[in-house]
Amino acid sequence: MALKFPIYMDNHATTPLDKRVLEAMLPYFTQDFGNAASRTHAYGWHAEAAVEDAREVIADYIGAESGKEIVFTSGATESDNLAIKGVAEYYKGKGNHIITTTIEHKAVLDSCKRLEKEGYTVTYVNAGPDGLVNPADIEAAITDKTILVSVMLANNEVGTIQPIGEIGAITRKRGVLFHCDAVQGFGKTPFDVRTMNVDLASLTAHKIYGPKGVGALYVRRSKPRVRLVAQMDGGGHERGNRSGTLNVPGIVGFAKAVSIFKQEGVAEAERIRGLRDRLHNAISKELDSVFLNGHPEKRLPGNLNLSFSFVEGEGLMMAIKDVAVSSGSACTSASLEPSYVLRSMGLDEELAHSSIRFGLGRFNTEEEVDYVAELVIGKVKRLRELSPLYEMHQQGIDIKSIQWAAH
Amino acid sequence: MAYSEKLLEHYENPRNVGTLDKDDPTVGTGLVGAPACGDVMRLQIKVSPEGVIEDARFKTFGCGSAIASSSLATEWIKGKSIDEAAGIKNSQIAEELSLPPVKIHCSVLAEDAIKSAIEDYKAKRAARLALDASPADVATSASAVSGAAAPAN
Repeated sequence: MALKFPIYMDNHATTPLDKRVLEAMLPYFTQDFGNAASRTHAYGWHAEAAVEDAREVIADYIGAESGKEIVFTSGATESDNLAIKGVAEYYKGKGNHIITTTIEHKAVLDSCKRLEKEGYTVTYVNAGPDGLVNPADIEAAITDKTILVSVMLANNEVGTIQPIGEIGAITRKRGVLFHCDAVQGFGKTPFDVRTMNVDLASLTAHKIYGPKGVGALYVRRSKPRVRLVAQMDGGGHERGNRSGTLNVPGIVGFAKAVSIFKQEGVAEAERIRGLRDRLHNAISKELDSVFLNGHPEKRLPGNLNLSFSFVEGEGLMMAIKDVAVSSGSACTSASLEPSYVLRSMGLDEELAHSSIRFGLGRFNTEEEVDYVAELVIGKVKRLRELSPLYEMHQQGIDIKSIQWAAH
Repeated sequence: MAYSEKLLEHYENPRNVGTLDKDDPTVGTGLVGAPACGDVMRLQIKVSPEGVIEDARFKTFGCGSAIASSSLATEWIKGKSIDEAAGIKNSQIAEELSLPPVKIHCSVLAEDAIKSAIEDYKAKRAARLALDASPADVATSASAVSGAAAPAN
């Protein structure tokens, strides 16, 4: 079968729509196009019914008690904002301290920064060098003013899966609300809000072969009942939690994507893990000085974040332009700062500059993996021939011992 | 990143990649940047007795713009006198490659690399001339020179 270029291996950034999801969505654009809040005619009733069905599918998948606990949003960034700011505002009489981690998505970190400007205090717990957060560190940070802990299910850069169940047990014991940004892990690793004691969870459709522009926030309704101050005011939709006409086709697509995971998710995770390991093994066999970033086992099945020592990430990405991936190198970020996730794991800056993130997914094949492995191996070797650092390494010079004249 | 044709050409087919003998007295070695910054350039020049750059080699750890900038630098300085080469400005490199604003610093590093190589050559030459000027105490001078002329890298 002919390969299609560029080969897409950036599924942590977004995913293509599964054809079944697209099919499920189409009728809601021109046939059942009603506004789900239109109570007075069949167009509205059909749209509402579709939305309510979707709610149940999603609630069921995450172990929630009912669809009433699902608040639809425009995506996980909005869900993160709603969870953090909504909880902070509602519970500010009870306390003003929030705990999160340094490896969270910007939607969480920037929401916290905004709250700091408004007088809240935030503790940012570090991840260890393997990209995992230690529950004991979270517990140690809890005070009697803590109202919320926010920890992601799996990290988007290194794919490490956080000990959500352990953290949930702690927060439940201490009476603190627990928000989990479940975007990357959802569908790919077990996630259950009941057994893990999660009180709020951010979800999005476009990382699970669903459409962009739609997501949800799970908000627990009992034991405890979580309250929020809405961030979007208007018609009072979503039980007053989030005003705005619902993206019905998006919601239908979201639910279809989830139901596909319910049926195929477990087998798919194993297949993708096999492809990821095949890619990793092929590369490691041929190249020296390649390092895996993040815990080797506790990581998402499709994630492979590698540092190719002595070769810079953007340069390598240019060399493998037939493959769509991303890098933790400063050169690829607008701010010229290397990946804050890799830095907060304590990764050597040089290795952060040399990192490439492969994100395998549903539509990747063995053929693609073999092609990419060979391409990467060839290009890394070529770039190492251009690299003064590799030459020094081959001569046995310890690069760390050199006094660099940085400009 | 939208790169110009010239930049891509230098990146795909870099000129003058390689290594000259660091210990050769007619060779100057410039090593600039830092791995922590994601940019390291090593540029070497071989200078004729008349002060003309006969050969130049480079190796770079860095992005496409960094590799292209240093490749272009070696191409430009070959055949120039060291004074002419020292006059090359980063803005000229940036213009030639149509570097996007966020990559201008790569051309700055290339200019620094040229100057660093020239400085190293000049320092080595000065040390040799000092050695030649006082042949009386060659043994002690030689050890003093090898201590003083150790390159900054």
